[in-house]
Amino acid sequence: MVPLSYYLGLSAVLFCLGVLGFLLKRNIVTIFMSIELMLNAVNLTFVAFAAHLKNLDGQIFVFFVMVVAAAEAAVGLAIIIAVFRTRETLNVDRVNLLKL
Amino acid sequence: MLHLVLFFIFAAVCVAGAINLLAQRHPISSALSLIVVMGSLAVLYLLLGAEFVAAVQIIIYAGAIMVLFVFVIMLLNAGEEEHGIASRVATFGGLPAVGVLVALVIYSLTHQSGSGAAATLAIGGSGGSTRDIATLLFSKFLLPFEVTSVLILIAIMGAVVLARRGDR
Repeated sequence: MVPLSYYLGLSAVLFCLGVLGFLLKRNIVTIFMSIELMLNAVNLTFVAFAAHLKNLDGQIFVFFVMVVAAAEAAVGLAIIIAVFRTRETLNVDRVNLLKL
Repeated sequence: MLHLVLFFIFAAVCVAGAINLLAQRHPISSALSLIVVMGSLAVLYLLLGAEFVAAVQIIIYAGAIMVLFVFVIMLLNAGEEEHGIASRVATFGGLPAVGVLVALVIYSLTHQSGSGAAATLAIGGSGGSTRDIATLLFSKFLLPFEVTSVLILIAIMGAVVLARRGDR
């Protein structure tokens, strides 16, 4: 028997590590992977609460989150390829055309 | 007991993989440690009894999405990341901010009122077979499911348009 709060705590730690990666990493692909990490942390919360509440709706939501993550990865990586083609870099500090 | 031991083993693997994702300089190493995180999360889903979600996690996340990531990293020949002044500013601003975030979340988890915090989950707790999920998905969630298919279609078209060369 594992307390529900252990799963929620693990999910919180993973989410915060994802936030940390999003803030600290400079490579746009790694930033994208941090976003995937955050989505995974949220999925763990959904499944834990689905088990806690004995309700399958949470697992259905995980399914939808995965679909959105797949769509986001496809579009985002296409954007990354387009950015790399014009700017010749993956460093987000060098993609600053819209900055003042 | 077995549940607790397995939970701690795979939670440790999970957090170690996530920390390794941040520590590695090369995107390929980060991608491989993210696959480790996703694999151990799939085991945690199995512990919670969500076998459909665990299978989909392996097939879609660790399979399809991460292959896409690795493919793009290889295609663009991404090297080690470089750090400039802005990334040092992000380090000084980001580390305390994340520390505060972790403290807030842990406080809200340990001090929450009601029955939630003390509840325990049995192994295979949710008991949702693939049949139950399919029934729910095609009855109660039929409209979101169909909207999702439109979303996927738009994403495919968007990816094709974006990644095409601009010499029309």
